[in-house]
Amino acid sequence: MVRLITHNLLACHVKGCTSNNFPLIFQDVQIELQEAEFNPDFVTHILPRLEWGALVDAAKQVGDTSLPPERPEMMDDDLLRQLHHVLMEIHVVEGAMICPNCKHSYPISNGIPNMLLAEHEIG
Amino acid sequence: MIPTPDLSHLSDDDKLHVYDPAGKLPYCDTFLLLDGLEKDAEQLKKQNLLICLEIGSGSGCVSAFLGSILGSANALYLCTDINTRASICTAATGKQNKIPLNPITCDLSGPLSSRLRHSVDIILFNPPYVPTDHDEASYAQDIAGIAGSWAGGADGMEVTNRFLDNVGNLLSDHGRFYLVALAQNNIPQIRQKMQSSFNLNSEVVIQRRAGRETLHILRFCRSVGNV
Repeated sequence: MVRLITHNLLACHVKGCTSNNFPLIFQDVQIELQEAEFNPDFVTHILPRLEWGALVDAAKQVGDTSLPPERPEMMDDDLLRQLHHVLMEIHVVEGAMICPNCKHSYPISNGIPNMLLAEHEIG
Repeated sequence: MIPTPDLSHLSDDDKLHVYDPAGKLPYCDTFLLLDGLEKDAEQLKKQNLLICLEIGSGSGCVSAFLGSILGSANALYLCTDINTRASICTAATGKQNKIPLNPITCDLSGPLSSRLRHSVDIILFNPPYVPTDHDEASYAQDIAGIAGSWAGGADGMEVTNRFLDNVGNLLSDHGRFYLVALAQNNIPQIRQKMQSSFNLNSEVVIQRRAGRETLHILRFCRSVGNV
Protein backbone atom coordinates (compact mmCIF):
# COMPACT_ATOMS: atom_id res chain seq x y z
CA MET A 1 0.00 0.00 0.00
CA VAL A 2 1.46 3.30 -1.05
CA ARG A 3 0.06 5.76 1.43
CA LEU A 4 0.83 9.45 1.13
CA ILE A 5 3.07 9.27 4.20
CA THR A 6 5.29 6.79 2.32
CA HIS A 7 5.12 8.75 -0.93
CA ASN A 8 6.41 11.81 0.97
CA LEU A 9 9.60 9.88 1.82
CA LEU A 10 10.42 8.57 -1.66
CA ALA A 11 12.69 10.32 -4.17
CA CYS A 12 13.98 9.24 -7.56
CA HIS A 13 17.30 7.38 -7.11
CA VAL A 14 18.40 6.92 -10.69
CA LYS A 15 22.16 7.49 -11.11
CA GLY A 16 22.86 11.21 -11.54
CA CYS A 17 19.27 12.29 -10.82
CA THR A 18 19.92 14.37 -7.72
CA SER A 19 17.94 17.59 -8.10
CA ASN A 20 14.23 18.20 -8.64
CA ASN A 21 13.85 14.42 -8.06
CA PHE A 22 11.15 14.85 -5.37
CA PRO A 23 8.19 14.60 -5.00
CA LEU A 24 7.34 11.89 -7.49
CA ILE A 25 4.20 12.58 -9.50
CA PHE A 26 1.33 10.10 -9.38
CA GLN A 27 0.04 8.86 -12.73
CA ASP A 28 -3.05 6.79 -13.62
CA VAL A 29 -3.72 5.94 -10.00
CA GLN A 30 -6.41 3.76 -8.48
CA ILE A 31 -7.24 4.65 -4.90
CA GLU A 32 -8.67 2.68 -1.99
CA LEU A 33 -9.71 4.18 1.33
CA GLN A 34 -8.94 2.07 4.39
CA GLU A 35 -9.74 3.22 7.87
CA ALA A 36 -6.77 3.42 10.24
CA GLU A 37 -6.55 4.03 13.98
CA PHE A 38 -6.17 7.78 14.69
CA ASN A 39 -3.15 8.67 16.83
CA PRO A 40 -2.92 12.48 17.16
CA ASP A 41 0.52 12.29 18.81
CA PHE A 42 1.95 10.32 15.92
CA VAL A 43 0.58 12.78 13.35
CA THR A 44 1.90 15.76 15.33
CA HIS A 45 5.38 14.28 15.73
CA ILE A 46 5.79 12.96 12.21
CA LEU A 47 4.91 16.29 10.54
CA PRO A 48 8.35 17.91 10.98
CA ARG A 49 9.86 14.99 9.02
CA LEU A 50 7.50 15.51 6.07
CA GLU A 51 7.36 18.16 3.36
CA TRP A 52 4.07 20.01 3.57
CA GLY A 53 3.98 21.30 -0.01
CA ALA A 54 4.72 17.84 -1.43
CA LEU A 55 1.94 16.39 0.72
CA VAL A 56 -0.61 18.99 -0.40
CA ASP A 57 0.28 18.37 -4.07
CA ALA A 58 0.17 14.59 -3.73
CA ALA A 59 -3.22 14.82 -1.99
CA LYS A 60 -4.56 16.93 -4.87
CA GLN A 61 -3.29 14.36 -7.38
CA VAL A 62 -5.35 11.68 -5.67
CA GLY A 63 -8.42 13.91 -5.42
CA ASP A 64 -8.18 15.33 -1.90
CA THR A 65 -8.07 19.12 -1.68
CA SER A 66 -8.76 19.46 2.05
CA LEU A 67 -5.29 20.63 3.17
CA PRO A 68 -4.35 24.33 3.29
CA PRO A 69 -1.47 25.30 0.95
CA GLU A 70 0.71 26.54 3.83
CA ARG A 71 1.35 24.52 6.96
CA PRO A 72 -0.70 26.17 9.74
CA GLU A 73 1.19 27.11 12.88
CA MET A 74 -1.54 25.80 15.13
CA MET A 75 -2.84 22.28 14.66
CA ASP A 76 -6.36 21.76 15.95
CA ASP A 77 -8.05 18.38 16.30
CA ASP A 78 -9.97 18.75 13.02
CA LEU A 79 -6.81 19.42 11.07
CA LEU A 80 -4.98 16.53 12.75
CA ARG A 81 -7.86 14.22 11.83
CA GLN A 82 -7.77 15.48 8.26
CA LEU A 83 -4.01 14.96 8.10
CA HIS A 84 -4.42 11.49 9.53
CA HIS A 85 -6.90 10.71 6.76
CA VAL A 86 -4.65 12.08 4.02
CA LEU A 87 -1.44 10.46 5.32
CA MET A 88 -2.69 7.10 6.54
CA GLU A 89 -6.03 6.20 4.95
CA ILE A 90 -5.65 6.96 1.24
CA HIS A 91 -3.98 3.98 -0.43
CA VAL A 92 -2.69 4.09 -3.98
CA VAL A 93 -3.12 0.51 -5.17
CA GLU A 94 -2.33 0.78 -8.89
CA GLY A 95 -0.60 3.32 -11.11
CA ALA A 96 2.87 4.81 -11.25
CA MET A 97 5.09 7.49 -9.73
CA ILE A 98 7.03 9.62 -12.21
CA CYS A 99 10.24 11.55 -11.47
CA PRO A 100 9.71 15.25 -12.24
CA ASN A 101 13.36 15.50 -13.35
CA CYS A 102 14.36 12.40 -15.36
CA LYS A 103 10.79 11.11 -15.99
CA HIS A 104 11.68 7.64 -14.70
CA SER A 105 8.45 5.73 -14.03
CA TYR A 106 8.10 3.60 -10.90
CA PRO A 107 5.10 1.29 -11.23
CA ILE A 108 2.73 0.53 -8.36
CA SER A 109 1.00 -2.84 -8.48
CA ASN A 110 -1.24 -4.37 -5.79
CA GLY A 111 -0.26 -1.47 -3.56
CA ILE A 112 3.48 -2.17 -3.81
CA PRO A 113 5.85 0.28 -5.52
CA ASN A 114 8.56 -1.31 -7.64
CA MET A 115 11.59 0.95 -7.32
CA LEU A 116 14.25 -1.45 -8.57
CA LEU A 117 16.60 0.08 -11.12
CA ALA A 118 18.33 -1.44 -14.13
CA GLU A 119 22.09 -1.89 -13.79
CA HIS A 120 22.95 1.21 -15.87
CA GLU A 121 20.66 3.35 -13.68
CA ILE A 122 22.32 2.44 -10.37
CA GLY A 123 24.49 5.15 -8.83
CA MET B 1 6.18 -12.57 26.26
CA ILE B 2 5.37 -11.03 22.92
CA PRO B 3 3.74 -13.51 20.56
CA THR B 4 5.60 -14.50 17.38
CA PRO B 5 3.76 -13.04 14.35
CA ASP B 6 1.23 -15.30 12.67
CA LEU B 7 2.66 -16.51 9.34
CA SER B 8 -0.01 -19.14 8.64
CA HIS B 9 -1.18 -17.17 5.57
CA LEU B 10 2.11 -17.83 3.72
CA SER B 11 2.04 -20.78 1.33
CA ASP B 12 4.85 -23.36 1.01
CA ASP B 13 5.57 -21.76 -2.36
CA ASP B 14 5.90 -18.33 -0.71
CA LYS B 15 8.38 -19.80 1.77
CA LEU B 16 10.36 -21.40 -1.04
CA HIS B 17 10.74 -18.08 -2.87
CA VAL B 18 11.03 -15.68 0.04
CA TYR B 19 12.33 -17.02 3.26
CA ASP B 20 10.95 -19.29 5.87
CA PRO B 21 11.97 -18.21 9.35
CA ALA B 22 11.56 -21.74 10.66
CA GLY B 23 13.01 -23.48 7.62
CA LYS B 24 16.57 -22.18 7.54
CA LEU B 25 17.70 -24.12 10.61
CA PRO B 26 20.31 -24.10 11.94
CA TYR B 27 20.29 -20.45 10.82
CA CYS B 28 17.43 -19.51 13.11
CA ASP B 29 18.38 -15.89 12.61
CA THR B 30 14.88 -14.42 12.41
CA PHE B 31 13.98 -15.82 15.81
CA LEU B 32 17.21 -14.57 17.34
CA LEU B 33 16.44 -11.08 16.03
CA LEU B 34 12.95 -11.32 17.56
CA ASP B 35 14.52 -12.40 20.86
CA GLY B 36 16.96 -9.47 20.71
CA LEU B 37 14.12 -7.00 20.11
CA GLU B 38 12.08 -8.55 22.89
CA LYS B 39 15.02 -8.14 25.24
CA ASP B 40 15.11 -4.42 24.38
CA ALA B 41 11.30 -4.06 24.28
CA GLU B 42 10.96 -1.86 27.37
CA GLN B 43 13.63 0.57 26.14
CA LEU B 44 12.08 0.63 22.67
CA LYS B 45 8.62 1.47 24.01
CA LYS B 46 10.00 4.40 26.02
CA GLN B 47 11.80 6.00 23.09
CA ASN B 48 8.86 7.27 21.00
CA LEU B 49 10.25 5.71 17.85
CA LEU B 50 8.41 7.16 14.85
CA ILE B 51 10.10 5.86 11.72
CA CYS B 52 11.13 2.19 11.49
CA LEU B 53 12.96 0.79 8.49
CA GLU B 54 13.62 -2.88 7.82
CA ILE B 55 16.04 -3.74 5.03
CA GLY B 56 15.34 -7.10 3.38
CA SER B 57 12.04 -7.68 5.13
CA GLY B 58 11.39 -11.09 3.52
CA SER B 59 8.27 -12.55 5.11
CA GLY B 60 7.66 -9.34 7.10
CA CYS B 61 7.87 -11.29 10.35
CA VAL B 62 10.40 -9.02 12.10
CA SER B 63 8.64 -5.73 11.30
CA ALA B 64 5.29 -7.22 12.36
CA PHE B 65 6.92 -8.21 15.65
CA LEU B 66 8.37 -4.72 16.12
CA GLY B 67 4.90 -3.35 15.39
CA SER B 68 3.45 -5.47 18.16
CA ILE B 69 6.06 -4.04 20.57
CA LEU B 70 5.61 -0.38 19.61
CA GLY B 71 1.91 -0.42 18.69
CA SER B 72 0.40 -0.43 15.22
CA ALA B 73 -0.60 3.26 15.22
CA ASN B 74 2.47 4.63 17.02
CA ALA B 75 5.09 4.38 14.26
CA LEU B 76 5.60 4.14 10.52
CA TYR B 77 6.87 0.75 9.38
CA LEU B 78 8.81 0.91 6.10
CA CYS B 79 10.05 -2.40 4.67
CA THR B 80 12.29 -2.84 1.65
CA ASP B 81 13.29 -5.98 -0.24
CA ILE B 82 14.73 -6.55 -3.73
CA ASN B 83 12.47 -9.59 -4.12
CA THR B 84 9.00 -8.60 -5.40
CA ARG B 85 7.55 -11.71 -3.90
CA ALA B 86 8.96 -10.78 -0.48
CA SER B 87 7.20 -7.39 -0.69
CA ILE B 88 3.91 -9.18 -1.36
CA CYS B 89 4.49 -11.50 1.64
CA THR B 90 5.44 -8.53 3.84
CA ALA B 91 2.17 -6.77 2.96
CA ALA B 92 0.20 -9.95 3.68
CA THR B 93 1.96 -10.50 7.02
CA GLY B 94 1.17 -6.93 8.02
CA LYS B 95 -2.49 -7.47 7.21
CA GLN B 96 -2.63 -10.83 8.98
CA ASN B 97 -1.12 -9.35 12.15
CA LYS B 98 -2.93 -6.00 11.98
CA ILE B 99 0.30 -3.99 11.71
CA PRO B 100 0.34 -1.60 8.73
CA LEU B 101 3.62 -2.57 7.02
CA ASN B 102 4.66 -0.48 4.01
CA PRO B 103 6.67 -2.61 1.57
CA ILE B 104 8.81 -1.02 -1.14
CA THR B 105 10.59 -3.19 -3.70
CA CYS B 106 14.11 -1.76 -3.99
CA ASP B 107 17.77 -2.35 -3.17
CA LEU B 108 18.64 -1.54 0.47
CA SER B 109 17.30 1.94 1.36
CA GLY B 110 17.51 3.16 -2.31
CA PRO B 111 14.73 5.71 -2.92
CA LEU B 112 14.31 6.47 0.81
CA SER B 113 17.91 7.50 1.50
CA SER B 114 17.73 11.18 0.62
CA ARG B 115 14.40 11.93 2.35
CA LEU B 116 15.20 9.89 5.45
CA ARG B 117 18.48 11.66 6.22
CA HIS B 118 18.91 11.63 10.03
CA SER B 119 15.25 10.60 10.36
CA VAL B 120 15.12 6.86 11.00
CA ASP B 121 14.65 5.88 14.63
CA ILE B 122 15.21 2.16 14.20
CA ILE B 123 16.77 0.16 11.38
CA LEU B 124 16.61 -3.63 11.25
CA PHE B 125 18.78 -5.68 8.90
CA ASN B 126 19.07 -9.44 8.69
CA PRO B 127 21.43 -9.43 5.70
CA PRO B 128 22.66 -12.17 3.39
CA TYR B 129 25.64 -13.04 5.63
CA VAL B 130 26.76 -16.48 4.44
CA PRO B 131 30.27 -16.32 2.95
CA THR B 132 30.20 -17.27 -0.75
CA ASP B 133 32.29 -16.26 -3.72
CA HIS B 134 31.67 -12.81 -5.14
CA ASP B 135 29.97 -13.99 -8.33
CA GLU B 136 27.45 -16.12 -6.46
CA ALA B 137 26.43 -13.22 -4.21
CA SER B 138 26.33 -10.76 -7.07
CA TYR B 139 24.18 -13.07 -9.22
CA ALA B 140 21.85 -13.75 -6.28
CA GLN B 141 21.25 -10.01 -5.83
CA ASP B 142 20.69 -9.52 -9.56
CA ILE B 143 18.01 -12.18 -9.87
CA ALA B 144 16.49 -11.08 -6.54
CA GLY B 145 15.29 -14.52 -5.47
CA ILE B 146 15.73 -16.66 -2.38
CA ALA B 147 19.54 -16.94 -2.67
CA GLY B 148 19.69 -13.15 -2.32
CA SER B 149 18.57 -13.61 1.27
CA TRP B 150 21.69 -15.54 2.26
CA ALA B 151 24.55 -15.39 -0.30
CA GLY B 152 26.87 -12.75 1.14
CA GLY B 153 30.05 -12.88 -0.99
CA ALA B 154 33.50 -12.37 0.54
CA ASP B 155 33.34 -12.83 4.35
CA GLY B 156 29.54 -12.77 3.91
CA MET B 157 29.86 -8.97 4.01
CA GLU B 158 29.49 -7.71 0.44
CA VAL B 159 25.83 -6.66 0.71
CA THR B 160 26.11 -5.65 4.37
CA ASN B 161 29.07 -3.38 3.67
CA ARG B 162 27.16 -1.53 0.96
CA PHE B 163 24.49 -0.73 3.53
CA LEU B 164 26.74 0.03 6.52
CA ASP B 165 28.06 3.09 4.68
CA ASN B 166 24.50 4.48 4.72
CA VAL B 167 23.58 3.84 8.34
CA GLY B 168 25.17 6.98 9.78
CA ASN B 169 23.23 9.14 7.33
CA LEU B 170 19.90 7.48 8.02
CA LEU B 171 19.84 7.25 11.82
CA SER B 172 18.16 10.02 13.82
CA ASP B 173 19.94 11.45 16.88
CA HIS B 174 18.55 8.77 19.16
CA GLY B 175 18.27 6.16 16.40
CA ARG B 176 19.41 2.57 16.73
CA PHE B 177 20.41 -0.08 14.24
CA TYR B 178 20.06 -3.83 14.73
CA LEU B 179 22.19 -6.12 12.57
CA VAL B 180 22.36 -9.92 12.37
CA ALA B 181 25.92 -11.18 11.94
CA LEU B 182 27.93 -14.39 12.07
CA ALA B 183 31.27 -14.69 13.84
CA GLN B 184 32.74 -15.32 10.35
CA ASN B 185 31.65 -11.82 9.30
CA ASN B 186 34.38 -10.46 11.63
CA ILE B 187 32.21 -8.74 14.23
CA PRO B 188 35.05 -6.78 15.93
CA GLN B 189 35.90 -5.27 12.56
CA ILE B 190 32.26 -4.29 11.86
CA ARG B 191 31.99 -2.63 15.28
CA GLN B 192 35.27 -0.79 14.88
CA LYS B 193 34.33 0.46 11.43
CA MET B 194 30.98 1.83 12.64
CA GLN B 195 32.69 3.51 15.58
CA SER B 196 35.40 5.16 13.52
CA SER B 197 33.25 6.09 10.50
CA PHE B 198 30.04 7.24 12.20
CA ASN B 199 30.81 7.40 15.92
CA LEU B 200 28.26 4.66 16.55
CA ASN B 201 28.67 2.64 19.72
CA SER B 202 27.68 -0.99 19.66
CA GLU B 203 26.80 -3.92 21.84
CA VAL B 204 26.06 -7.57 21.29
CA VAL B 205 22.43 -7.83 22.41
CA ILE B 206 22.21 -11.59 22.22
CA GLN B 207 24.11 -14.46 20.64
CA ARG B 208 23.35 -18.11 20.00
CA ARG B 209 25.15 -21.11 18.61
CA ALA B 210 23.45 -22.56 15.55
CA GLY B 211 25.21 -25.67 14.33
CA ARG B 212 28.81 -24.70 13.58
CA GLU B 213 28.02 -20.99 13.52
CA THR B 214 27.44 -18.42 16.21
CA LEU B 215 24.78 -15.88 15.34
CA HIS B 216 24.88 -12.42 16.92
CA ILE B 217 22.46 -9.53 17.12
CA LEU B 218 24.39 -6.27 17.20
CA ARG B 219 22.89 -2.95 18.26
CA PHE B 220 24.44 0.36 17.20
CA CYS B 221 23.53 3.74 18.76
CA ARG B 222 24.92 7.26 18.53
CA SER B 223 25.70 7.53 22.22
CA VAL B 224 25.91 5.28 25.25
CA GLY B 225 23.39 7.44 27.10
CA ASN B 226 20.59 6.18 24.89
CA VAL B 227 20.92 2.56 25.83
